[in-house]
Amino acid sequence: MSNINFLKPNKENLNLFLALGALFFFLGIIDFCLNNFYEKNITGFLPRFISFFTPLIFGMIGLHLIRIEYSGIKFLDEINKNINTNNFNAALSVSIIILIIFGVAPLLNWFILDANFVGDTKEACTGGGACWVYIKVWFNRFIYGMYPNAEQWRVNATFIIVLTLMGLGYFFPAKFKKYLTFYYVIFLPIISFLLIYYLISGGEFGLEWVETGAWGGLSLTFIVSFFSLIFCFPIGMMLALGRRSDLGVIKYSSLSFIEFWRGVPLITVLFMSAVMFPMFLPDGTYVDKLIRVIVAITLFEAAYTAEVIRGGLQALPRGQYDAAKSLGMGYWKMHLLVILPQALKLVIPGIANTFLALVKDTPLIFVVGLLELVGMLNLAKTNPKWLGFSMEGYVFAGIIFWIICYSMSKYSQKLELKFKTDR
Amino acid sequence: MNAQVNMDNRGIEFGFGFLSQEASFDIQFSLIDYDGSRSYARAYLVGLLNTLLVSFIGIILCTILGVIIGVARLSPNYLINKTASFYVEFFRNVPLLLQIFFWYFAALRALPMPEDAPLIFGSSYMTIKGLYTIAPVWNNFDVFFIALIIALIVIYFFNKFAKRKQEEEGKQYPKFFISLGIFIVIPALTFIVGGVDLSWSFPELKQLAKTSFTYEGGLGIPPELIALTLALTLYTATFIAENVRAGIQGVGKGQKEAAASIGLTPSQVLKLVIMPQALRIIIPPTTNQYLNLTKNSSLAAAIAYPDLVLVFAGTAMMQTGRAIEIVAITMATYLSISLTISVFMNWYNKRIAIQEK
Repeated sequence: MSNINFLKPNKENLNLFLALGALFFFLGIIDFCLNNFYEKNITGFLPRFISFFTPLIFGMIGLHLIRIEYSGIKFLDEINKNINTNNFNAALSVSIIILIIFGVAPLLNWFILDANFVGDTKEACTGGGACWVYIKVWFNRFIYGMYPNAEQWRVNATFIIVLTLMGLGYFFPAKFKKYLTFYYVIFLPIISFLLIYYLISGGEFGLEWVETGAWGGLSLTFIVSFFSLIFCFPIGMMLALGRRSDLGVIKYSSLSFIEFWRGVPLITVLFMSAVMFPMFLPDGTYVDKLIRVIVAITLFEAAYTAEVIRGGLQALPRGQYDAAKSLGMGYWKMHLLVILPQALKLVIPGIANTFLALVKDTPLIFVVGLLELVGMLNLAKTNPKWLGFSMEGYVFAGIIFWIICYSMSKYSQKLELKFKTDR
Repeated sequence: MNAQVNMDNRGIEFGFGFLSQEASFDIQFSLIDYDGSRSYARAYLVGLLNTLLVSFIGIILCTILGVIIGVARLSPNYLINKTASFYVEFFRNVPLLLQIFFWYFAALRALPMPEDAPLIFGSSYMTIKGLYTIAPVWNNFDVFFIALIIALIVIYFFNKFAKRKQEEEGKQYPKFFISLGIFIVIPALTFIVGGVDLSWSFPELKQLAKTSFTYEGGLGIPPELIALTLALTLYTATFIAENVRAGIQGVGKGQKEAAASIGLTPSQVLKLVIMPQALRIIIPPTTNQYLNLTKNSSLAAAIAYPDLVLVFAGTAMMQTGRAIEIVAITMATYLSISLTISVFMNWYNKRIAIQEK
């Protein structure tokens, strides 16, 4: 037990240093918690400037005391290696831990501990936390928009059928694998369109007609994203090929098309489809708002997809083109069988990002008066019976969008790994 | 032409003459003199400047935040690393419009009324009606401004000189500190000899009616601008952080080791070897993000911040009914901003591209 040097913690007095270090560290945390949540300043006797920083100072001393190399305790070594390599790192770590406590505790209170879950009216919300009753009461509106309650099974049925059809592709027997592209690119969109036309929109087979203005909520988000996604991909591919064409007309028209859509904000494109486009139609014709919106978003995102795919095309070595040509392949055969499969594989992350951007852009359709999830939230919060719950609504929508987008990006990462081949 | 028939039916004529007519609507927030008696062209200019203002602030803030987060994602410290990834994954996957709504309708609405707002930093009030802070009051501002420009010119020539010295004689000057010194000293001199004078005007609470209060004097920043800037910054910074991370990771490990082995100090390695190469990877996608930010600022229309889209494609179009001309002008404006920046970027890319022999 001789010469304990507190400036250089060592292995001999391991337990002493560990105990002292933990003591200081938790003293810092407790000081911070007392200060913030119970308004008791246990270091109040110190000058204000110093007492403000005491949690940080205590935490740093604590981490300094347990910074012992090769202590033999696995957990301690892990801590030292990851968050406690030197004083600067320790300071950062302590600050982050304090910040997390500072942020998470009130959030937890708001989300769960003080929140209200039961009841059907605004009066049920008495706690200081979130009023999830609001979400519960408005849930149907947030998912289906103004779609009549009695008819909502039609939306559900459509989504279940489409999802099942999408899933079916996964179980295709190996023999039919070559039809998979056809299935996804042509068959599925047509079926989905027919389903939406006859089942969701209705008007035939004894189903009540529901105008597109009444569609809304999350289901509309899905409908708009689904069709725009399906159409923007082939259009983007054609544009990308067109941009690299040898024919000047095709090349420059693709180029100006792409640059135009990429240069303007989506909101102005939607404005254009809403107020400018009808001006160019013959008198008396009318194109449904929803279709105009889908076309606008499709063209807009197609330009971005085109640039991403062009990146993939450019990354392929010339030899691939030459080899395909020397086998006597024509333009289409070469691109469909040799170039595009390789190029698309390279740009999976970029395409995923474009698709994510598309999904995140769908709330913008509020400018033409279509109310998907975010639009419905804005409508609901102006309801005189339910004033003052905008926070809950936005958090709810944020969580839903986050789940959708995050799972999409994770899935794309998986795809990327799956198709990764070493070249 | 269908458009011609339709316009005739509605009694609209095609033409840009309406731009010089009186706008007769008010704009909440304007950088230049404006009132209802000015022309539509003036209203257009107000909207354009507001768009550029929010983009400019957003670009500066998101660059700072993005670089910090990007570097933090490479930190060996587990906590910092994970916190930074959490930030990126969180803000990137929530639609920007939702974030803007959240800040504007939910977060900023929870702030106190002007009469209850506490004093922050002895100078500012954060209220439901916006941020009120101190404003500089300049005397002879133009002298100061000229001094700033002179300082920049001097710095430019000094750097050129230092570079030539380094190439010819291998002599290195502390370029950054000398530049900073010039930048501070020359404008500071004008306070002594140029008659420049700076004082601060503080916001003061003023009662308008029995229950209605506001602040006078100082600088008032409307909540729309705050919400928009916050959302744009937090959202775009995630993409910039990813670019920064990719750029630094993209510089091979061998570069670092080679630089260290010829005796450069760690700060020299960073400054002379890593950063020039990383910037080459970082800058092109980051400019794209700046462009996106500028285009995304058009979402301002959703929370009534008077930007180009709201003022011109919104109010002005409602009043004049000239859908084709106004949408065309708006799109052309954004298009020319985008194209200008991409032309500049192409030129810059060519300049910094690796010169292969």
